[in-house]
This record gives sequence, C-alpha cells and structure tokens, in this order.
Amino acid sequence: MRRALTSLVFFAALVAAWQLVVEKGGISQVMLPPPSNVADYLWQATADGTLESATLVTIKRLLIGYGVGLLLGIPLGLFTAKFKTCQDTVGVLALGMQALPSVCWVPLALGWFGQTEAAMLFVVVMGTVWSVIIATSDGVRSMPPIYLRAAKTMGSTGLHSWVRVILPASLPYLVGGMKQGWAFAWRSLMAAEIFVTILTGFGLGQLLQYGRDLHAMDQVIAVMLILIVIGLLADKLLFAPWERFLHRRWGTGILK
Amino acid sequence: MSVEHALTNLPPERIEVNGVSKSFSTKHRVVAALDSINLKVSEGEFVCLVGQSGCGKSTLLNIIAGLESPDSGRVLANGEVVTGPGRDRMVMFQEHALFPWLDVMGNVLFGLKLKPGLNDKERVEVAEYYLQLVGLEKVRHSNVHELSGGMKQRVALARALAPNPRVLIMDEPFGALDALTREQLYGDIQKIWQARRKTIIFVTHNVREAACLGDRVILFSPNPGRIRREFVVTLPRPRDINSVELAHYSTEITAALKGFTPAEGKEAAE
Repeated sequence: MRRALTSLVFFAALVAAWQLVVEKGGISQVMLPPPSNVADYLWQATADGTLESATLVTIKRLLIGYGVGLLLGIPLGLFTAKFKTCQDTVGVLALGMQALPSVCWVPLALGWFGQTEAAMLFVVVMGTVWSVIIATSDGVRSMPPIYLRAAKTMGSTGLHSWVRVILPASLPYLVGGMKQGWAFAWRSLMAAEIFVTILTGFGLGQLLQYGRDLHAMDQVIAVMLILIVIGLLADKLLFAPWERFLHRRWGTGILK
Repeated sequence: MSVEHALTNLPPERIEVNGVSKSFSTKHRVVAALDSINLKVSEGEFVCLVGQSGCGKSTLLNIIAGLESPDSGRVLANGEVVTGPGRDRMVMFQEHALFPWLDVMGNVLFGLKLKPGLNDKERVEVAEYYLQLVGLEKVRHSNVHELSGGMKQRVALARALAPNPRVLIMDEPFGALDALTREQLYGDIQKIWQARRKTIIFVTHNVREAACLGDRVILFSPNPGRIRREFVVTLPRPRDINSVELAHYSTEITAALKGFTPAEGKEAAE
C-alpha cells in the first residue's frame, strides 16, 4: 500500500511538472503539448471510436502474427535441438536471421504481399519465429539428461517423453524465448505500421504517424501512452502467470 | 485392475549378468569400463556393489536397468534378456532426478500414469500409499525445491516403488546426504525392503553402508571394472550402522578393497 502510494505520488508529480514546464517554461505547445491536451485527445478519440478501432487492428495483427510465430517456432526449435541436420540448417539460419532487425523485412514484404494485412503478419512472424526457435532449442539442449533417463525407466517414450518431459523441462527457457519473441514482434509491428499505410486496417502505428503528419503532438503522445499500456498488459496477461508458475515450482526467477 | 492388486507384492525377480563387457571411447583412448562381469542376484536379495569411482559399477547398473547396452554378454531378468528399460526394474539415481515442473504427487504419479489398468482415482490412491510408506504424506502438494535433500530422495524412492517393480536399482542414492539423514534412510530402506519384497541392487562407495544394507557385498576393482571378491553379511535385520558387529565386517571389507588399489592393479598388468 505504502509502495503503491509512492509510485502514485511520483507519477502525479511527473505529470504536474510536465504541465508546469509547458505553461510557464515558454515551450511551444506544438512541440510539447501539456498533459491536459493529451488527455483531451484521449477523451475525444475514445469517444469517436478512433482509438478503439486502431487498437483492435494492431492487437489482432500482433496476436495472429505472434501465434503463427510460436506455432512455427516451437516445433522447429524442438527439431533443431533433436536432429543434427536441423541444427546445421534451420539452427544456423535462425541465428543469422535473429541478428537482422525484423523491420528490414518491410520492403520485401511490401513487394511480395502489397499493402495488405499479409505484409504486416509476415513482418511480425519474422520478428517472432527466430528467437523462439533459438530459445526452444537452447532449452531442450540444456535439459539435464537424467530427466529423460528417469522418464525412460518409468516407460515414457516417443511423443509422451516430448510432451511430458522435454517440453516442460525446457519451460524456463521457453518462457524467456516467448517473451523475447513478443518484444521483437511488438517492436517490428510498430515500425512497420509507422513505415507504411496498410489499406486494409488502420493501426496504432499509423495513428501515430498521422499525428506527426498533422503536427498533432498530443495525438502522438497519446498513442505512445496507449502503446505503453498495451505492452504492460501483455506482460501481465501473457507472461506473468507463467513466471509465477516457474517461481512457485522451480523456485527460480524474480517475482515482480 | 484394482488398487489392492496394484499394491500386491509381486514375486521379486532374479537377475543374471552373463559375461558383460563394456568400453567407452574418448578422444584419446578406449576405456574398458567392465570386463566380463558375471553376477547372479537371486529373488528378493539385497546386493551391494562397492568399489572406488571409475570401476564401472554405475555402468553395470545402467546395463541392468536397460538404459545402456553391453558390448558383449547379456543380462537376464527372470530368464529373459534385458533389451531396454522396463517397469519391472525401476532406478533410483544419485541425484534425485525428480521433475521440477511437477509437485511431489505429480512426480510419484508420473510412472503410475504410464501403467495401464488403473483409473486416475486408483492411481492417486496408490501414490498416496507409497508417500505414506516413505513418511511424506503431508507434503504431497509441495514443490520439489521446497524439500530437503533427504525428503527429495524419499520422494524419489516412492516414485520408483509406485509402479510396483520387482527389482529396485539404486545408484548411490544417499551419497549426497548428511550422516544423520542417511542413518534414518538406512532404517527405512530395510523396512521397506522387508515389507515390499524387492530384489535390490545397490551401488555405493561407502563400505559401512554396503555392509549395513546388503545380504552380499560385491567388490569391484577399476581399469577395467572387474568383480574381485564378495562377502556374505549374515547379521540379523534391521541392522544398525553403528553396531560393533557391523564394524567387523566393514573393517574386513575395507582391507580387502585396499588390497587391490590401483598400485596393485598396475603390477598385475605388468
């Protein structure tokens, strides 16, 4: 309670200082609008539905792209850990591709798919899949072999040992990899949305870029705030439950 | 199959090791871990394998468990050749090897869930029986990392016993525990062995522990791993690790073990 209060006071002071600096500091309100203007924009854009629809478009792209990235990345990561051939091919490819900021895929994606949803998804998938492959593969390979031996003596073989032993044993790595994949996907999607206008949907990144074009910095800052909130919510909803589980069962990690 | 049936004592198994040899090649040389080992363990016998580290006793356990295959020779369990791991032969490892993603109950249930003929409720009942047998019914929902070293090995024991194996293979299971916890477990394992009638093959490098637990103590010498001698321990059970009679045995066994240290091994090779 006391700590929550400390945080609250800190942020209130921050907003008050911001308002004060803009009002008394002689800063152009075009360059740095006061928080009250940002709040006004947030209120209006929520009322007319602009924010809601843009947020939905962005979240949908993100979730679908991220989901496809996981569906491809986890099995490929398992194969990479298990089969030397996969490690020397897909594994090396993943290492290389992970080094490439995924926004670099945007020009190619536009060429291949045009200004469509598919181009956005492609960029998000490229942001997710490689780090998930690497994390899964690292997780499986760092598993103490004794788990598999113990499971074997109890009659676990084939698919059962994959699903019931190898996958849960690499969970700490997997969650780490999924988090990293999420961060990459989120960043690459924003870059792509700011970079290009997609005809099939108007996302938050485009809303932010529009704000820049119109010199409406209150809109830009408002969208940035929304992006922060989405990032925090994703962490709370998608990853915090897993991290709590890991902390409770394994006794590892830091509880936030 | 009912719970009663799942808990009935199956007749213990006879293990025969016939001329088993095994070598490992490293980058620089080939190491002979086992050299034509012959060993008979009769039904319900408690046999301890003793020797310094590197004498191949753990390799032999892995071969008996079916986790590794011998280069030559074979292992028979009740007359049938061992070709892989089986529920009849359960293993307890030096590191507890409990699964950290499952709680205590989940760990004991792991092998039971792979055993056909029981429904989920019956499996839980069987698991509870074994947790009670090792004195841990109160921590059934604890996580592995919350248990002490001794408790972890007890859970590992319950997990190994739960599928009702006929042979229990134990690879230095108490090696990492403190002396007091170990003493408790010596008592427990003797009690459980008498209650559940298992054939037990137990590897250790602690001579006193071997004399305390084994009907027979088999001595190994390294490079290559060979069986050198065996001692029959006839003391009544349950045996106390600190008793004077036991001390006689362990002195005698230690003396024999010292008799074929690597120095003598070298002479023999020359």
